[in-house]
Amino acid sequence: MSCCAPGAELGRELARGPSREEVLLASRELGDGTRQTNLSVPGIHCAACIGAIEGALLKTDGITEARINLSTRRLSAKWRGEYPPPIIEVLRTLGYEANLLDAENGSRDPELSRLLRALAVAGFAAMNIMLLSTSVWSGADSETRQVFYWISALLALPALVYSGGTFFASAWSVLRRGRTNMDVPISIGVSLAFGLSLYDTATGAPHAYFDAATSLLFFLLVGRTLDHVMRRKARAAVVGLSRLMPRGATVVRSDGSRDYLPLAEVEAGMRLAIAPGERVPVDAVVDSGSSDIDNSIATGESLPQPVSVGAQLRSGTLNLTGALTVVTTSPASGSFVAEMARLIETAEDGRARFRGLSDRAARLYSPVVHATAFVTFVGWLAATGDWHRAISIAIAVLIITCPCALGLAVPMVQAVAARRLFEAGIMVKDGSAMERLAEIDTVAFDKTGTLTSGRPRLASSTAGDPKAYAIAAAMAARSSHPVSRAIAAIAQDPALDVIDLREYPGLGLSATVDGEVYRLGQAEWCGDQQSGQTVLSRDGKRLAAFMLEDSLRRGAGQAAQELRQAGLAMTILSGDSPDAVSDVAAKLGIADASARLLPEQKTRRLADLAEQGRKVLMVGDGLNDAPALAAAYASMAPASAADIGRNAADFVFLHGNLTAVPLAIRVCRQAGSLIRQNFALTIAYNVVALPIAIAGHVTPLIAALAMSSSSVLVVANALRLHGGDRPAIGDAKRDAPPVELSVLALEP
Amino acid sequence: MSSLVYLVPVALLLGATALGAFLWSLRNGQYDDMKGAAERVLLDDEQE
Repeated sequence: MSCCAPGAELGRELARGPSREEVLLASRELGDGTRQTNLSVPGIHCAACIGAIEGALLKTDGITEARINLSTRRLSAKWRGEYPPPIIEVLRTLGYEANLLDAENGSRDPELSRLLRALAVAGFAAMNIMLLSTSVWSGADSETRQVFYWISALLALPALVYSGGTFFASAWSVLRRGRTNMDVPISIGVSLAFGLSLYDTATGAPHAYFDAATSLLFFLLVGRTLDHVMRRKARAAVVGLSRLMPRGATVVRSDGSRDYLPLAEVEAGMRLAIAPGERVPVDAVVDSGSSDIDNSIATGESLPQPVSVGAQLRSGTLNLTGALTVVTTSPASGSFVAEMARLIETAEDGRARFRGLSDRAARLYSPVVHATAFVTFVGWLAATGDWHRAISIAIAVLIITCPCALGLAVPMVQAVAARRLFEAGIMVKDGSAMERLAEIDTVAFDKTGTLTSGRPRLASSTAGDPKAYAIAAAMAARSSHPVSRAIAAIAQDPALDVIDLREYPGLGLSATVDGEVYRLGQAEWCGDQQSGQTVLSRDGKRLAAFMLEDSLRRGAGQAAQELRQAGLAMTILSGDSPDAVSDVAAKLGIADASARLLPEQKTRRLADLAEQGRKVLMVGDGLNDAPALAAAYASMAPASAADIGRNAADFVFLHGNLTAVPLAIRVCRQAGSLIRQNFALTIAYNVVALPIAIAGHVTPLIAALAMSSSSVLVVANALRLHGGDRPAIGDAKRDAPPVELSVLALEP
Repeated sequence: MSSLVYLVPVALLLGATALGAFLWSLRNGQYDDMKGAAERVLLDDEQE
């Protein structure tokens, strides 16, 4: 089936997947010798995928159970034995990339089940009470009415206790800390309405508000559940991305034996073996061997650096070309990655002070509502001296002003906006992030891996003989150096016989092709004068030259243009060399660019901008960007970002296209204006309904009608966001990794 | 009035049954993978 072709790979290519040792570390013991492993498999699309994967895994030795969840694109496999079966290898032969998940991540979400159960109970009660109320409103005789009220009370009680518990708990927890939120007036209104109705039923009075109390709970729980589902979806999608940091390290003991230890057990002074394609697990010094190290994730440098004995390595960097033995200089808790995590924590304190729109509204709203109800009560008591009547009218005021529509106004819009962003491949962490993004006026970009793809691309090449391309490509195809990979894409000639290939870290490759020795690499090393180029030579004579550049990420130009049109200021904060930065800045027309910034300097730069009253969106991917992502007013990271950066960012975009940035800002601004409209609607509704309530003319029928109609209005308004200029659904699928360079585009 | 004596309890009982069925299906994990359940229809049964 065509849809089962291996999906576009998310993010930076991993040189290798998780090893079996990592699978073992991430699995969970189920007792009786069985272990469970959870994997995220983004490439699953249809029944054929399910059948193929489950079938193949069940035939593998040791696997007792394999179950795919298509909604979450996850696989949970149970297996027996000391050593894990080759689950990832089996998936790879079938053409699926898989990422390990921690065992707890695969389990169900108890909070969602609780909300759904509460919603079901409240819905059941509200529907049946409404049914009974209809006959009361249409004039049932007093005997029937009494019976119906008692049945309603019986139905409302479980709804109040069970479904209302969500609000009571939240209201109590903020009241204890001396603050207030939307749940306080809800809790007071609902329980007072229930209490008074119960009293009225017992004394045979004509009105009861059981229907209002339960339908209020039902509507509010709908909003609460939507909010929860939105966050869960985003979290699940981000957790499912590949982890860049290894879970453990291969320790070489003094007797030469090797052990795979979890990262937490690695101490300073241990010797570790790091194979090509692995990431450096903790900060270390090279003890033997030489290689090229890709520092882009740690420092933002786009070109790999050669390292040899004595060189310092930072955790998180990628070993490209040679096997290394290193001696650790710090335990995992003291490494560069852990240092970044600490910087994030301090940076996040500032953001915690942001209060969402609904919280700010609640702070204003609940005192006003409670004061109005109280004044109404005192007024009626003074005017008539009738306690019961004064209390009834005060409660009617509470019910009619109860923020039913207000409780839906924000989550409904945010859920619709999150869904629209989700369709465009953008994950949102929570609702407040959308409110913050709508307010930003400046966008700060990281360069390497954000504005650029982080992979060199062939800009131009020259050769006397086209065969030279084929030779260069054949040699390059056997190396994992990023420059080699760019060159390997230009031609394919499987007939060429490359033998005796050797890789010289920092210099290049040498190999024997058709009996002659060729060198591909740095110009000087290959015996050429022109430096800065990559050259293919034979006997010190140049055959071909390649110019490489760090290619811009897809959509970077368009994104910069759209942001400029939207009136946003742009700046580049990079850790790379000034030359590379100014080159990219010139291409995108961004005037303000800073280079060679350390992680702390990036955060300080953001703090300076914040002091000038600017609200900055930080877009970045590296480990070095993570503190800045946490410190910025709002932040966004590509799916290829370091795990820690992804967790610090408010938004994660999956399809690698930078136009996600202007799109997200546009959708969030639209959502912001819809939320304000919804607030205006509910306020208008209150302005009309409140005088009627204070005057004592609100019957349960009017309360029910007013409440439902305002909720429906707010929901309908939120749904307008889904129309409008919708991004083409095909966008996500068309965004396959680009063919970096086609042979036809080459110069002769 | 007399018909209400049994019609209302019957209506409530039906509603309660539906609620019970929903809660059961929720606990049974039937909402865990809605897309997967739809696609699994297309798979052939495994021969035991």
